[in-house]
Amino acid sequence: MKRNTLCIVFLLVVNHLFAQDCNQTLSGRVIDFHDGVPLEGATITFNSTTIKTDSNGMYKMTGLCATSYAFTISHEDCNSQVVTININEVSNKDFYLEHHLNELLEVKVSGNNKTKTSSSQEETINKDVIERYSSAALGDALREITGVSSLNTGSTIVKPIIQGLSGSRVLIMNNGVRMQDMEWGDEHAPNVDINTAGNVTVVKGAAALRYGGDAIGGVIVMEPNKIAAKDTLFGKTVVTGATNGRGGAISSEIIKGYESGWFLKAQGTLKRFGDVEAPDYVLSNTSIFERGGSLSFGNNKFTQGWDVYYSYYQNEIGVLAASHIGNADDLIESINSGQPSVIENFTYTIDNPKQDVTHHLGRLRYFKRFEKLGKWTTQYDFQHNQRFEFDIRQTEELRKIPSLDLELTTHTLTSDFVLDSKFDYNLDFGIVMRYQDNFADPSTRARRLIPDYDKFDAGLFVSGKYDINDNVTIDAGVRYDYNQIDAKKFYIKTRWEEQGYDQEFNDLIIADEGTQWLTNPKFDYHSISATTGFNYVFEDSYELRGNYALAQRAPNPSELFSDGLHHSASRIELGDLRIDQETSHKISFSFQKNDENWTWEIAPYANFINDYILLEPTDVELSIRGAFPVWEYRQTNARLLGIDAKLTKKWHTNWHTNHQFSLVKGKDTETKIPLINIPAANFRNSIVFQKEDWMGLVMSLESDYTFRQNEFPDNIIVFSPQEQEDVLLDINTPPGDYHLLHMNADIRTPFFKENELNIGLTINNITNNKYRNYLNRQRYFADEVGRNFLLRLTFNY
Amino acid sequence: MNTRKFLSMLAIASVLMYSCSDDDDNPAVVNEEEVITTMTVTLTAGTDVVTLTSRDLDGPDGPNAPVIDISGPLSANTTYAGEVVLLNETETPAENINEEIEEEADEHQFFFVVAGTLNATTMYTDTEADYPPNTGTNPVGITFNLTTTDASTGSFSVTLRHQPTKPNDGTLADAGGDTDIAQSFDVTIQ
Repeated sequence: MKRNTLCIVFLLVVNHLFAQDCNQTLSGRVIDFHDGVPLEGATITFNSTTIKTDSNGMYKMTGLCATSYAFTISHEDCNSQVVTININEVSNKDFYLEHHLNELLEVKVSGNNKTKTSSSQEETINKDVIERYSSAALGDALREITGVSSLNTGSTIVKPIIQGLSGSRVLIMNNGVRMQDMEWGDEHAPNVDINTAGNVTVVKGAAALRYGGDAIGGVIVMEPNKIAAKDTLFGKTVVTGATNGRGGAISSEIIKGYESGWFLKAQGTLKRFGDVEAPDYVLSNTSIFERGGSLSFGNNKFTQGWDVYYSYYQNEIGVLAASHIGNADDLIESINSGQPSVIENFTYTIDNPKQDVTHHLGRLRYFKRFEKLGKWTTQYDFQHNQRFEFDIRQTEELRKIPSLDLELTTHTLTSDFVLDSKFDYNLDFGIVMRYQDNFADPSTRARRLIPDYDKFDAGLFVSGKYDINDNVTIDAGVRYDYNQIDAKKFYIKTRWEEQGYDQEFNDLIIADEGTQWLTNPKFDYHSISATTGFNYVFEDSYELRGNYALAQRAPNPSELFSDGLHHSASRIELGDLRIDQETSHKISFSFQKNDENWTWEIAPYANFINDYILLEPTDVELSIRGAFPVWEYRQTNARLLGIDAKLTKKWHTNWHTNHQFSLVKGKDTETKIPLINIPAANFRNSIVFQKEDWMGLVMSLESDYTFRQNEFPDNIIVFSPQEQEDVLLDINTPPGDYHLLHMNADIRTPFFKENELNIGLTINNITNNKYRNYLNRQRYFADEVGRNFLLRLTFNY
Repeated sequence: MNTRKFLSMLAIASVLMYSCSDDDDNPAVVNEEEVITTMTVTLTAGTDVVTLTSRDLDGPDGPNAPVIDISGPLSANTTYAGEVVLLNETETPAENINEEIEEEADEHQFFFVVAGTLNATTMYTDTEADYPPNTGTNPVGITFNLTTTDASTGSFSVTLRHQPTKPNDGTLADAGGDTDIAQSFDVTIQ
């Protein structure tokens, strides 16, 4: 309709052109809407005349007739604008062009986005890596990044570890929304489908304050591809088949964009695998069935825009049958036997023990850009996380009901303003408000591990960056967070006394329920985070970054309230009501060089954490069911020192090699004991052959060597009822080092007219190596997954 | 949509959602049903009755160790008829768990292990078929015989396994399955 109007206007102009008195003038400037900078070389076209603006963005047109004209104003990198002006009424007019349009809306399919911080260590994985891991978990793909490892439960539950820290210390931003998916449990994997992301950036530390102040480990930012404001329709389907697990994944997306700024994107993923296999045996009950889908639509113009996003994720995960144990004796037996106690034939059936998690995420976002000022964004997001854990319980009837049934609902309102109109600095400030409700369903007929609670969070932040000159940028920020948790928690009376709560917390008791007290703990936390750093670029290809980040994290519900037997882990986990915030001081540097033949980065860091909260085995408790290992949360001062290094050397047009090394040492500085679950040093080398002429062939062979973790806390001595004596519970000793070889090959071929087909073959663990991983909670029971062939077809259309 | 309208809608939406989800009611207490708090092993040889009791009132979730009570020593060179009774004493009146074991006799088995220098042997005296509608011929162990020889001391342990491999060679290692009870008693034969 608009376009038609313009045509009519234009015709009118032409019609009337010669009938008028034509000595009018029009002058003014062409200005960048975004920062008010005058645009030189902008063109203004009317009829068949074109004029250009001067260095001050000025223009002047003479010999115009006293009528309406349709002017087309254009500038490099801008969308053209057509403006109709009645020269009779107007003689001076400034035109505003949307000069940053490309930066905002262009389709970014690969390569780095703008970095999230200017001084902290960070790294991005792009579309190619994401496609390669299309059938795997987010945590698997992130291990490509130096300094990122994972805490696994089997091969399907993968929690990312950033420079030695994981769980609640690592925030996951999924499409602008901070995931609230019960990240507190070691066996709770992020409820995200990697295929929803166009790129994933890991900020190693708490420097990206806008996402949260408690990211002592770091932030994982998953972002979708941006959709251009142009008429377009494209999509992609990735199909992966794997021999190990005898299953596969299919992920498909389709995107429709319009010149007017409207867009629609739909995406879906389906993954189904049966039991995976170690070199010597089937890992029984390790099937998974994952489903996910997302839909987004909206209208993004330059000056304002809104969008709606909804995603659904469901994952049913079998937990290794052999990892279900009764008591400490069974655990000792498993450790000593070196072989899983349950080995069945391959099957796709998912039996107890299993997890069934569902995550709904909805988001409404609105932004408006203010002339010569910046951009204001407000969003509301809603998340609903439902977690069921099914265990092997005493009766058939009980096995059908979950032994853990938690429902976590989160509402978040975020508003922030980025002042980015000035050339040399920008400032970002905002506010976050969050309400969360956890409901632990009593119909499980098992005592709640995590209690019912309400939680309120509020945060305020301001951060800025200033370019001192072309080479040096400094940044700084500060954030305040308030957290309040209001729980209704049952304690077994004997536990209440054993923990000494009867001395301190009797005023929390609100009801007497026979053998249990009902209590109402209500705690407030005030946290401050701050960061400052610099970025120095010199001799074109060198960059030095330095950052200091202070972060405070309030304890999560698991750290505060865990109490009792965790059936899926056969261990008693004890939180502590006295646990307070932990405070991290992290200093990190990154020195890098990027040129055609040499790319390298050396990134050392030191993280000093006061009142670090950790969970470790301390003892066993005897019961009529035998002895159970007790894992207790405690606070101490900790120190993590580490270095991440990587190097890419191009030897020849077709050949390059990659080298990555990461090392982290964690120590409890009070007891001088090494911290538990610290990743061992890892050294990876790969050789890559690339030849564009051969159907875009890229081939690589990777050697992945993980050292043995030689620094670990002591094992514990426990009384074994079966042996009738004290025995060593070898629960902390890490397994040996291991070396794996992987290969990958990709080719591209045109496919059906303009489309493209990418064929990829990956072989993991080529030598079918038998090994165990210190950071796998099932290392006591079974070997890791053996050789796996993956064939991947990517259709781009 | 203009900004003000959008924001006010957001505000209303969040207030609504907050008020819907707010709930001041206290949550319902969960008392685990499948808990076995008490095991009594009664050994009878004529008028000579010895009971071995393990009572763990706060269950495996609670910190307290089970309280063991052994009524007295066993006599040498005697065959005792043994019977195991399981109770859930967190309920009043106490719930007899034997009924559940009997119903699923094919999925349960008690194992008796004599350790140390205790001079005694055990023998199953029941089969699954004793607990209809089960029909199997494998032992269950709700009843058994304990035969003592010379005076000695040592431990006598009773383990209840759920879903063990059946038949098995009578050892815990061969049986596998999940441990519902594992309790040992320091016993004297005199």
